[in-house]
Order: sequence, then C-alpha cells, then structure tokens
Amino acid sequence: MLIAVLSGLIVSILYVPFGKYLKGRLSICVSLLPITLFAYFASFIPSIRGGNHVTFHYPWVPSLGVNFDFHLDGLSLLFSLLITGIGSLVFLYAAPYLQGHRYLDRFYAYLSLFMAAMLGVVLADNVLLLFIFWELTSISSFFLIGFNNDNADSRKSSLIALGITAGGGFFLMAGLILMGHLSGSYSIQEMLGTNEYLKSHALYGWILALVFAGAFTKSAQFPFHFWLPGAMKAPTPVSAYLHSATMVKAGIYLLARLNPVLGGTDYWMYPLVIVGGLTMLYSAFHSLFRTDLKAILAYSTIAALGILVFLIGIGTPESLLAASVFILVHALYKASLFLTTGVIDHETGTRDITQLGGLRKVLWPLSIAGVVAALSSAGVPLTFGFIGKDLIYEATLHTQGILPIVLTAVAVLTNIWVLYAGFLAGIKPFAGALPERYAHIHLPNPLMWLAPLLLALLGLLFGCFPFLVDGALLNPAARAILQAPIGTPLKIWHGFNPVLLLSGITLAIGTLLYVIRKPSSHNLAFVERFNTLSPRYIVGRIARFAKVISRRYTNTLHNGFLRVYLLRIIVFAVLLLGFRLFTGGAVSLTLNHLSPISAYEIIVAAILIGAIFLAVTTPSRLTAVVATSVIGYCICLQFVFYSAPDLAMTQFSIDTLTVVLFVLVLFRLPPFLNFANRSTRLRDWTVALAFGAVISLIAIQVLNQPFDEAVSRFYGDNAYTLAKGKNVVNVILVDFRGFDTMFEIVVLSIAAIGVFSLLKLRLKASEKE
Amino acid sequence: MNSSILKTASNYLLPILLLFSVFLLLRGHYHPGGGFVGGLIASIAFVLHGFTHGTDATLRLLRIHPGVLIPVGLGLAALSMFAPVLTGQPVMTGLWIEEPLPVIGLIGSALFFDLGVYLVVIGVVLTILFTISQYSE
Repeated sequence: MLIAVLSGLIVSILYVPFGKYLKGRLSICVSLLPITLFAYFASFIPSIRGGNHVTFHYPWVPSLGVNFDFHLDGLSLLFSLLITGIGSLVFLYAAPYLQGHRYLDRFYAYLSLFMAAMLGVVLADNVLLLFIFWELTSISSFFLIGFNNDNADSRKSSLIALGITAGGGFFLMAGLILMGHLSGSYSIQEMLGTNEYLKSHALYGWILALVFAGAFTKSAQFPFHFWLPGAMKAPTPVSAYLHSATMVKAGIYLLARLNPVLGGTDYWMYPLVIVGGLTMLYSAFHSLFRTDLKAILAYSTIAALGILVFLIGIGTPESLLAASVFILVHALYKASLFLTTGVIDHETGTRDITQLGGLRKVLWPLSIAGVVAALSSAGVPLTFGFIGKDLIYEATLHTQGILPIVLTAVAVLTNIWVLYAGFLAGIKPFAGALPERYAHIHLPNPLMWLAPLLLALLGLLFGCFPFLVDGALLNPAARAILQAPIGTPLKIWHGFNPVLLLSGITLAIGTLLYVIRKPSSHNLAFVERFNTLSPRYIVGRIARFAKVISRRYTNTLHNGFLRVYLLRIIVFAVLLLGFRLFTGGAVSLTLNHLSPISAYEIIVAAILIGAIFLAVTTPSRLTAVVATSVIGYCICLQFVFYSAPDLAMTQFSIDTLTVVLFVLVLFRLPPFLNFANRSTRLRDWTVALAFGAVISLIAIQVLNQPFDEAVSRFYGDNAYTLAKGKNVVNVILVDFRGFDTMFEIVVLSIAAIGVFSLLKLRLKASEKE
Repeated sequence: MNSSILKTASNYLLPILLLFSVFLLLRGHYHPGGGFVGGLIASIAFVLHGFTHGTDATLRLLRIHPGVLIPVGLGLAALSMFAPVLTGQPVMTGLWIEEPLPVIGLIGSALFFDLGVYLVVIGVVLTILFTISQYSE
C-alpha cells in the first residue's frame, strides 16, 4: 500500500534524470502507472463489498504520533478508483493532446506527483499525514495550473489557486491538530471513539470553523470559489482531472470522512447547508452568462461541489447515499465534458460557444460523448445522472426540522441551471449547421476521443444497470460516511411520486431554457457590471493592499544598510531581554558561583580586549578584519579551557573561513574607512555597551539558577547504548536530533543557492555589457 | 597572491588537510570531530589552494562544480534517514553493521548521514566563496 501511494512520487522523481527519454513517443508509457494502480485498488472491491476495511500501518515518527497509517474503506476506495481510473484516461489523453510540447516530461512528473498526493489524501488515516498530502496536492496543482508558464494570466491564476487552497490548508492544519490533541490520537479511526467528547468540548466550534475553512477553500465554496474558474488556464486534461475527480473533491472527501467524527450537530449542519446552497445557486446562475466552454464547465463544477457540501450537511442516510452517488455521477460526466472540450479546443482553436456549431459532422464519436454526458448531467432517465438527481430530491424532500420545501426549491433551481450549462457544453457545439471554416477538421488521435466516449458510456451503463456499482462501491462509500449500514439499493424506477414530478419539471424547464436562450457575449457583459461586488475582485483588492503595506514596511525596515539592520536587531534584543530580566524577578549579582580564574584565561582575555579595541579604532579595513579574527580565535581558546573541543574546532574553522570571506569582499571596497561622526559613534557605543551589559547580567543570572542535569544525563547515558557513539555532541547531531541537522543542511543549501544565483545573475549581466 | 612559499605549501597542504578532514569525519562518533567540522576543514583546504593558485585553477582541480556536492550530500543524508523505512523501522532509526571494519570501524547509517553533512558543507562553503571570489575578480 505504501508503495502504491508513493509510486507516483517516485515516478515523478525519476523524471528528473530520465525525463528527456520520455518526451517523444514513449511518453505514453507512464500511463501504465495509473492503470496498474487502478487494477490494484479494484482488487480490493470484493473485500470492501463484504463490509470489511483494510488498514496498513507503517511507523514514521511514532514519538510524535505521525505514522504512515492507511485505511481503505468504501469511501477511500471510491475516491481511489476515481483518481486512478480517470487518471489513467487523462494520462493517455494528454500524450496526443500535448504531443511535441517542450515540457511534456515535466507535465507527466507533476501529474504523477499530483496523483500520488491525492491518493495519499484519500487513504491516510493519520490526520497529520493527510495534511501533508493535502498540501502536496495544493503545490502540485499549482505547477499544473501554471503549466503554460510563459502566459502571465496562467501564472497569476496558479498563484491565486495556491494562495487560496494553501491558505485554507493552514486553518485545516490548526483544526486537525486541535482534534488530535483533544481526542488524544491522530488516527481518524480512533477519533471515531471519542466523537462525543469532541462534540461536547468547548473548542468544538473552533475545530469546525478551522476544518470548514480548509474544506471550503479546497472545494471552491462561495466566497472562495473564484480560484476554480481561474484555474481553467491549465491545459484541458489537467482541468478534467483536477475538477472532475480529484483536487476540488478533496474538500468534499474531508467533510465526508469527518462526518462521523464531527457531524450530526446543528453547528455542522447549518453552515454546510447554507454555504453549499449559496454556492449552488450562485455558481449555477453564473454559468448562464459564460460563453467560454471551460468557464461554463467551471461554474457548473462549483455548483456540483455546492450540491455535495449541501448533501453532506443534510446528513440523513438518504442524502449521504445521494452524495456518494453524485460524486461518481459528476466525475463521469464532468470529466467526459472537459475532455470533449479539450478536443474541440485542440481542433478548432476556440472554446467560444457562440462560434461553435455543427461539429457532429466532423467529430461524430465525440458528439456521442458530449451528448450522452450532457444528458447525464441533465438527469435524463436511463442515464446515471437521473439516479443521482432522484436521490438528491428524495434527500431534500425527506428532511426534517429544516424546511424541505426551501431545500428542494434550491436543488431544483440549481439542477435546471446545471442542465442548461451541460447542454451548452455538451450539445451546443455539435448541433446546428457546420461553419465553413471547420469543414476541414479531422478526427484526432483515437486516444483523445475514446477517453471521453468511454466515460460518457460508463455513465449510461451505470444508469441502466445501477447494481453494477451499487453494492460494490456506492453503498460501502455511503456506509463509511455514515458509519452505519444503509439498506436501500439503487433503483431506476421508483414509481409515480413527487420526486419523479420534480425530475420532470427540471427537465422540461431546463430544456425550454436551452431552446429559448441563446448564449451571447452580451450576457457576459451583464455580469461584468457587478464585478466590483464579486469576491474575486474584493480579494484582489485586499491582496494589492497587502502588497502596498508590505512594500512600505520592507522599504523602512530593510533599507539595504547592514549597519542599520544590526543596530535594529540589537536594540530590539536589548529591550526585549532587558524587559524580561527586570520584570522576571530580582536580579542577583552574586559571583560566588564562578569557577576560579586561571592565568591563561587572564592572558587570553587581555588579548581579546586588545583586539576589540584595535578592531574598532583602526582606520584600515584589513586590520579590522584581522583583529576580529583574533577575537574569534580567543573565544576558541576559551572553549578549549572549558573542555568543549568540538565547539572549539568548529569555531576555529568557521573563523578562518569568515576571514577569507571578508578578505574576498574587501577587494570590492575602498581600503580605508571614513569614520562616522561623533554623535553616531556615541550612539553605537551606547548600544554596544547596553547589549554587553544585558548579556553579562543574563549570564550571571543563569549561573545562579540550579543546574538541571536531566537532559545532559540522558544524552550521556544513552549515547553509547542507543546510538553506539562515544562523542555525545556528534551523536546528538547525527542521531538524537538528526532531523534538526537535516533541516540545517537544507537551510545551508538554500543560502548557497541564493548567493550563487544572485551573484551569477549579476555576473551574466555585466558580461553582456 | 604571489607568495611562492605559500603556493608550494598549499600544494602539499591540500592532500594533508583533506586526509585530516576525512579523519575527523570518521572519528566523529567516538572523539571530537564529525561531518560538519570535517567539511569545514576540507573546504579550508580548497580555499587555501584557491587563494594561492586562483579560483579557476581550483575549480579545474575539482573537475566538478562544488555546487554539485550539495544535492549529492542532501540526497545521501535523506537516504540514510529513510533507509530504515525499507526494513520496517521508523525514519532515522540507526542501522548498524554487526562487525567493525578495519581502519574505519563500525559502520552505521549515522556515518552516511554525517557523510552527507560533510559533502553539503563543502558544497555550500565552496559555492559561496568561489562565487564571491569570481565576482570580486
């Protein structure tokens, strides 16, 4: 299982050295990865169907409660199969779609990384592990959305997407840590046992707010929805993958997964129903005014996500079953529509709905895919969408307490608009007369039309024979969301009842709307007028404001003079430390804890003081550098006196290198200094003396505290027995606190890259002149 | 720098200092030393050579750009961190070979971690210093 989840990660790393061999015809080979994974996850269907779940446990950092724990139940399986199944088709589809693209290898590397991250999200049982994968999806989708990196719009959209989703990730992290802390375990399965405690805890509201912030930003709920239409700048296979089955469904997955832990209260239900309902109406309505095919699909995707949040919020067994059915329904038809749009865009060069028409004559297999997918999105009988929509109406009608009529009206209205959007995207380009300019178009590579056709036909197949997926996938998924068995099997025919009536009304009004209303760019202009009220505009303004503030702040604090930085840092430290020192209790200046002073130390201290004096008074830079290095070596000697050879050795080498560095930089400076005027020097003297005084006081204070030997005794006792080392310092560095060392060398590397790139850029610029 | 004494001396000092740095690296687990100090000493050896012979000569002597050592070292350290996962133990568990080898002594994953630190330190120090010195020339 660990290998299955991480294989995408490994493949994307392997692309770094071997990517250049996989750019041409061989690029399609990488599709074997999702296909294999799909087969692997499909092999779990029989055991999940029987009501089992599978867990895998790999220790990672057990001392912090972070483990590679994976849990595969109906919900995870449904998502894993969607991720790998639609992933396989997208991998296959992208090879001809991006054929000959300069960065095709990078594209597959990002896509594999993204797939691995998504699998990690839906399979992780440990919430911290889930969070890590969650962030990975944000980062890898950033690269995918900004894949056309020579386009400024595309870069901006990917930044917005990253800003929104990663910003929400912060809140989610806080929420998950809070949950783990309160329930005493970071495993979701173990949290199930403490859900009553969590729900009655005073911090329950905070947990909900934080988790919702994470889920709503990821799943593009109002008012955070606007990153999703922007993300349409990505290549179409990416949009198909991200917005049908994966990225945006991660938030839905999270809500569904946490439903048994946190759900079932009013605080859970009302926000979800209200936000979901608002999102549905807002974005379904907006899709009416778009003329770009992908924008229409984007808004109808947001509407679908709103429906899912809404259904999870209602929280009855019926609505949860409806949610799990609708996840599959939506994934199938939306991926199919996106892939169809991709072909249209690829062949005609436009996605403007007012320009397109009659393409059934030249792209006939694709027109079948588009029409069938559109019918499924409309919920026409015998498509899978019909079953999904029936269940939604059934769920809204059978709610108790909150007004079933209002909820049903919201659902019907949304469905009418979604139907319209689906027809526009799936039927409109193929209907009517074929414009002259598109007469020469040929069918593209079979992979490109087979993928959407397959998805659309699957929707039809499941619509006619729902038992194919019911017991195997959807019922276990709903069972996992509810944590209780769900009895009702999926049926095509429920008899004459209000639900059927509502379905009929939806279909009739939606079709009427499609026939009457013609899309035109006028419509877009109509909504543009309200642009200044849109969340996108407001957030844009806030971002610009933050930029202005940070520029001012940076210009004041980072004015480019090292001496000013140092002065500020030291003054601030003096104030902070001084404040703490004098408010922290009586300062005692007893010196009887000091060890006896030897003659060596007096000599070294004398040299030290002499060197300091020389360093601050000499007018020659070189002398000043030499004097500071003498200071450093004197300190080394002090370390030697107090038996810290490791420290002394390191300090010695560092000092040597610092001198070299100084001398190198000195070449660029005039050899002699101009001293600052009297008042500046007086200020510097004061600051230096104050800093020295505070540090000395603290040092004396520290000696007066009783020395706690527990830590050093632990290291002393265990260095050899646990880590087989006799040098405690080194054992701490490479073993006990190896993580710190790892991060330190990473920081060092970043510093080196910084220096290298800054100076090399300058070098290149000067070489050009 | 045109001191022929220093120039000649640095020719001999380079291998000696490098040997010393490896010595420090290997003894680190039992006596004062370790990857960090070892890496610093090794970089001092090269910096000294660069000081007397010119940075370009040292880069030619190295054959590869010191920056290459950074990813190699980071990779080695990361590998030694994650190697225990393959045997089903938590990350950063120390793995040790049972029998000590001649000269080197006991070998464990910590040594490879330290070797990674050693390489990163050399790479970082030399990249920074050589870039600045090329910029200064």
